[in-house]
Amino acid sequence: MIMATSNKPKTESPSGTAWQPRLVAILCNWCSYAGADLAGSSRIHYPSNVRIVRVPCSGRIDPLYVLRAFERGADAVLVAGCHPGDCHYAEGNFYARRRMLMLNQLLQFAGVPSERFWFRWVSAAEGPEFAHLIEEITEAVRPLGPYKPELADKFVLLDEIVQMLESMPESEPCPEHAEESEEASP
Amino acid sequence: MPRTGVFVCHCGTNIAKVVDCPRVAEEAGKLPGVAFATDYTYMCSGPGQDLIAQAIQEHNLDSVVVASCSPRLHEPTFQRCVEGAGLNPYLMEMANIREQVSWVHEDKSEATEKAMDLVRSAVAKVQRNQPLTRKELPVTKRAVVIGGGIAGIQAALDIADAGIEVILVEKSPSIGGRMSQFDKTFPTLDCAACILTPKMVEVASNPNIRLLTWSEVEKVDGFVGNFEVTIRKKARYVDVDACVGCGECWAKCPVKTIPSEYDAELGPRTAIYRPFPQAVPNVPVIDKEHCIYLTKGRCGACAKACPKQCINYEDQDELITEQVGALVVATGFDVEGGKIYGEYGYGEHPDLITGLQLERMINVSGPTGGHIVRPSTWDAKKQEGEEPRSIVFIQCCGSRDPEKGVAYCSKVCCMYTAKHALLLKEKLPNAQVYIFYIDIRAGGKGYEEFIDRVRDEFQANYVRGRVSEIVPEGDHLLVRGADTLLGRQVEIDADLVVLATPLLARTDVKELARKMNIQTDKYGFLTEAHPKLRPAETLTDGIFLAGGCIFPRDIPESVASGGAAAAKVVDLLSRDHLLSEPVVSMIDVDLCQGCLTCVRVCPFNAIEEVEIEDPKTHEKRKVAQVNEGLCKGCGTCAAACPSGCANLAGFTDEEVLAELDTLCL
Repeated sequence: MIMATSNKPKTESPSGTAWQPRLVAILCNWCSYAGADLAGSSRIHYPSNVRIVRVPCSGRIDPLYVLRAFERGADAVLVAGCHPGDCHYAEGNFYARRRMLMLNQLLQFAGVPSERFWFRWVSAAEGPEFAHLIEEITEAVRPLGPYKPELADKFVLLDEIVQMLESMPESEPCPEHAEESEEASP
Repeated sequence: MPRTGVFVCHCGTNIAKVVDCPRVAEEAGKLPGVAFATDYTYMCSGPGQDLIAQAIQEHNLDSVVVASCSPRLHEPTFQRCVEGAGLNPYLMEMANIREQVSWVHEDKSEATEKAMDLVRSAVAKVQRNQPLTRKELPVTKRAVVIGGGIAGIQAALDIADAGIEVILVEKSPSIGGRMSQFDKTFPTLDCAACILTPKMVEVASNPNIRLLTWSEVEKVDGFVGNFEVTIRKKARYVDVDACVGCGECWAKCPVKTIPSEYDAELGPRTAIYRPFPQAVPNVPVIDKEHCIYLTKGRCGACAKACPKQCINYEDQDELITEQVGALVVATGFDVEGGKIYGEYGYGEHPDLITGLQLERMINVSGPTGGHIVRPSTWDAKKQEGEEPRSIVFIQCCGSRDPEKGVAYCSKVCCMYTAKHALLLKEKLPNAQVYIFYIDIRAGGKGYEEFIDRVRDEFQANYVRGRVSEIVPEGDHLLVRGADTLLGRQVEIDADLVVLATPLLARTDVKELARKMNIQTDKYGFLTEAHPKLRPAETLTDGIFLAGGCIFPRDIPESVASGGAAAAKVVDLLSRDHLLSEPVVSMIDVDLCQGCLTCVRVCPFNAIEEVEIEDPKTHEKRKVAQVNEGLCKGCGTCAAACPSGCANLAGFTDEEVLAELDTLCL
């Protein structure tokens, strides 16, 4: 995925308090979303800067969703699912763990600090923990300031490559597959 | 252009006191594609729902967003509401502005802004939602029960009594299970056979039950309401229909020294055998590993003895397939054989036995005819032996010991040991009984009183502590242990030592679980869909659990869980058809490369490889295909698919990304 520069102006929050990072949380329906609901029904207050997206299972979360959130202006992303052994679909959270671990390494390699990407287990009983987690993430991200497209900075050649690809005539096959297509053509 | 309606709920003052609901509605009305937006005090109430239904009609709405509480609470309510007004229920999305906004934030302007964001993202999603339909699936009104112990018997009888046909599959030659090995049951001291055998006979005579003993489940295909079960009927070498169980055959069998499984290897059986006198069916089976004719091709004593020519040495295994709508797994547990503590020396001294072996010895149909003797002195010909005078019971021989045995409590040993102590004292009033225990666990109706009775009335000596070793001394056994209440070492000269060994998950159940795609825990016990709220179900729809395959259980619990599983089966199979959940995986075969990554990650084996033919080129290629009956809609495949051809209905990439994009702005 190409990381475009976000043009979103990062201003102070409407009430004029300290800058609030925009946090996007992608939560599984059965545990973590229910945990967030429990924080609500227990009236546990937490920062209002979080926006929640509900998916059936953390295993549904394509790592690209996280990149897309950053691309579109999120300052931090939280992915949460059921604790190991509690997954409503038996093992979706294990796949999520593998994918998110790998994504985390990729993000770090690309220069996105680990404070911006969080992967946690939150059970349906962990309302207070969920509220606390949102506070923790907010505090960790605030000093970093708005997300800058660190990834795009790393890949300065990207535009050149795109231009090169676009300038190539469409009929010309790539060298690797040239032989194959010759064979295939009548 | 979509025509979306937005309905903002005040939830009394729950939402309205923090969120400016009229403003949220007003702003929503300006969003692209929103044709109507309003707010109301209680959207879930009758008038609130009428308001939505009316607006759908009046404004010709094609999708609806309800901004109110959590979808986990009222999604079904509003789905029904829009469905009643002629909209597809999956064209309704909820923005959770109560649990996620008004209840957790104080600042009114921040909360209102967040509520508007959530509404905006719900609008973005719902405008991309596709109408989804629940499909009607047929239901085969038959069930299979695997395991003919007390739990399986109860389940089969209850299902059959509801008028549904049941196939009861039992691995061993007779139904009856563990309970058939017991002499008396705690705490009422009912004779186990007296309460079990009538039920066994009922199984055999019930017209709705087809009994397949000496049979195993080989394969389970399909999904809820539509399973295909392949059953292996093992070669019995005896004609089940013609045999009357007269016993001429096993009386003549020359192989007489095979350790009997039914007698916990304390007594012998023949090569052609009936496990116990009340067996159902009352038909023997030939043990092909020990039969001289089947191993060496000569003998034939049983065939000569049989007055009805029931013996057929040419018998072969037979595979049959049955269509059923539901399955109950009631395969029970194993009893450990006394080997966990090597220092006790089980197997080296015949007077060191397990609780199950003592149970068989006490039983009148057991290897000693109900005489309690020291096995080392037993003379099978004279049918006599020396009675023990000092008996030591050792509890927790592997239970509650994560180091050497299992971490859990096997639950029944405290009670059956007390029962054994009582029965021994009844038969041998002068014998001394010692029971080494860690804690006494007697949590059942009448259980604690039973323990008190055994200790006070029957004078069993309860010694709190563990046994460190058992040393043969002469023809006796010296039991060395600690009495932790008195704080001293004790030595007891014993004639007979009985070990309370743990109840374990059956070793063969893992394989069965794999075939059925149901889960096992770290011990190998089968896992319920929810340990508290769905104890009879598995995560695979249409497969239910009963009895000791879930965890060590006593008889009343097994019967109750057999009944519970049966109730679930009857509920399922009494419907004319099932409705499939439309939130399932969708694979675009045109894009699918056939890499089958999705097949490997699917937790429900719901995706299979199929071969399709390209309509233009007529080339055949392999692609992945979703079985909607099995798919539970987790979406793990959609996230794994490298070519983006797998998607999850109701949560497609397009829908989720639309939601994400609007939230990030």
